[in-house]
Amino acid sequence: MFIGFFLALRAAGVKASLREYLTLQEAMHAGLGDFDVDTFYYLARATLVKDERFIDKFDRVFAESFKGVLQPKPETVDGVAAQELPEEWLKLLAEKVLTDEEKAEIEAMGGFEKLMETLRKRLEEQKGRHEGGSKWIGTAGTSPFGANGYNPEGVRIGQQTSRNRSAVKVWDERSFKNLAADVEIGTRNMKVALRRLRRFAREGAAEELDLPGTIGSTARNAGYLDLKMVPERHNAVKLLLMLDIGGSMDDHIALSEQLFSAAKGEFKHLVHLYFHNCPYETLWTDARFRSADAVATADVLHKYDSTWKLIFIGDAAMSPYELIQPGGGISSWNAETGQDWLRRLITAFPKSVWINPVPEKHWNYTHSTKIIREMFEDRMYGLTLEGLDAAMHRLMH
Amino acid sequence: MARFEGTSSFVATEDLKVAVNAAVALQRPLLIKGEPGTGKTVLAQEVARALGKDLISWHIKSTTKAQQGLYEYDAVSRLRDSQLGDARVHDIGNYIIHGKLWDAFEAENAPVLLIDEIDKADIEFPNDLLLELDRMEFFVYETRQTIKAKQRPVIIITSNNEKELPDAFLRRCFFHYIKFPDRETMERIVEVHYPGMKSLLLREALTAFYELRELPGLKKRPSTSEFLDWLKLLVAEDIGPEVLREKSAAKLIPPLHGALLKNEQDVHLFERLAFIHRRGG
Ligand SMILES: Nc1ncnc2c1ncn2[C@@H]1O[C@H](COP(=O)(O)OP(=O)(O)OP(=O)(O)O)[C@@H](O)[C@H]1O
Ligand SMILES: [Mg+2]
Repeated sequence: MFIGFFLALRAAGVKASLREYLTLQEAMHAGLGDFDVDTFYYLARATLVKDERFIDKFDRVFAESFKGVLQPKPETVDGVAAQELPEEWLKLLAEKVLTDEEKAEIEAMGGFEKLMETLRKRLEEQKGRHEGGSKWIGTAGTSPFGANGYNPEGVRIGQQTSRNRSAVKVWDERSFKNLAADVEIGTRNMKVALRRLRRFAREGAAEELDLPGTIGSTARNAGYLDLKMVPERHNAVKLLLMLDIGGSMDDHIALSEQLFSAAKGEFKHLVHLYFHNCPYETLWTDARFRSADAVATADVLHKYDSTWKLIFIGDAAMSPYELIQPGGGISSWNAETGQDWLRRLITAFPKSVWINPVPEKHWNYTHSTKIIREMFEDRMYGLTLEGLDAAMHRLMH
Repeated sequence: MARFEGTSSFVATEDLKVAVNAAVALQRPLLIKGEPGTGKTVLAQEVARALGKDLISWHIKSTTKAQQGLYEYDAVSRLRDSQLGDARVHDIGNYIIHGKLWDAFEAENAPVLLIDEIDKADIEFPNDLLLELDRMEFFVYETRQTIKAKQRPVIIITSNNEKELPDAFLRRCFFHYIKFPDRETMERIVEVHYPGMKSLLLREALTAFYELRELPGLKKRPSTSEFLDWLKLLVAEDIGPEVLREKSAAKLIPPLHGALLKNEQDVHLFERLAFIHRRGG
């Protein structure tokens, strides 16, 4: 039951598990999805999707899977479209409420397809007779087949009108679209990347004295000292992020910043600094480059010692003058070249990498990118899962 | 089994009700996410109230450990008592401090257990509670007892998305994302907080509020709770609807500032954008 729907979800990348699928069955058996299509939709959603970014996908698969059986009728009365129940759902309910005898009876009638057909006809007929209001075919008790066993006229067809909803199906509203669209660029990548980033951050966590543990076991030990060690809660990784803001790559850079921020719990310290195109004597603690947020690069070099790891994120694309000429910087006069400043930073922080959101195949066509890459002795990595992996590996080992 | 239908002080949308009732009926935890201030925390309170259950709240901090929800062994007190020759020292049970899960499991009538802001804790935290939440029991090594839930509590867990939660944990929960209330739902929420509020003022306030939320680049989008606070302020200071229709940003900002626009950056942004926007509209 619903297996087609379930498989379609998985194919679309909504990673519902068998366990969750069984929970949905259990919920249906407990009567939680009865008997209104919206309720069934909400129940399936609460059971099978565990991340709001996938709800939109879920909605689309839901619409697709129950298409045909859930199409609103073209003619609507009172603005409420008559809808039919998903066939698979009917089957499930039937499974639940019908005796074997009754099931055999349905089969004898020609099976579910035939049943649906009959219902459809019945609906057409009723439309003529009713004066428009409710679109139920007959009234059902707790079972869609009526209280007295198999009875196709007991099936409610169409949306419940009492709640006064519009004809648009909830899942067709796609109201979670924004949540998905916001992070569409590599949503799945982001998640994986984050997981890896965390793993890297945790790798090689040192041990520290577990004070409560030591006291506890010492007490248990009748006062004899019994030292306990635990892995350090947070890794000792201290990270300086230097981000290039103000170019065409801003979106990508914001994305990588988000990524690191999301993992910040795993780092002992995470410091963000910003520059435009190339770092010179001034860096900023805020991407709006206000004078109040300016810090001298020299101070940064003194403040953070070589145990800090340094990650540049930027496209490394600029006019060569910005890199090799005093005064070549685009925003203010720089007495020393960008290259000088970069070299100082690289020397001060031996564990440093450059992450470049521009696809790697273009790197060689930009002079400045080539220079920077050489300065980093090939420690320039793409903003891809692989690149991130390699960069982290380089930083941690 | 009583169904949750919202309460006189809480507006529950249809999808939320389905999720809550499924979690209650199948006795699985319900994970709630959503923007800050959309009622994640009060939901547990309201569910407890609606179902006539007690509420046990466990607020998670970055230093909270799963074990603390079960129990803690206060070895330091015991060591001290033994130094002082206190007789209590012979019963280790005197030094076992019950956690929230213990309390929830031991309650005569199944309570609602709120685990608030689970994402604040260490990434291992949810995994460390898997077994206990599954089986609703745990073992106390020091006293060799098994604490088993008399009745399975209703468990509501909230997250603000600061960390990803492990898949194994997610598979065991029902999930609901509180969508930011649309205008109609917001009107109902206002009605439960300030019944009979002047409709003209409310209409203008809603318009200003939703317009503000749509400003691109806002650092902190104001939420339900901020909107409610702001309405209270508007009424208290007797600000009329015409002020909210004000076209110039300079005049409009003061009544928005503080309650809805909380940081300088957003005020600046508003100054830049609101004027253009409103002039156009
Ligand atoms: N659906 C609702 N019905 C009634 N009141 C609501 C509703 N949603 C939010 N509120 C009000 O908004 C306020 C904020 O709610 P709450 O603190 O539960 O939000 P939260 O989602 O837990 O926020 P945070 O993520 O910041 O912890 C409360 O005062 C609550 O009364
Ligand atoms: Mg809260």
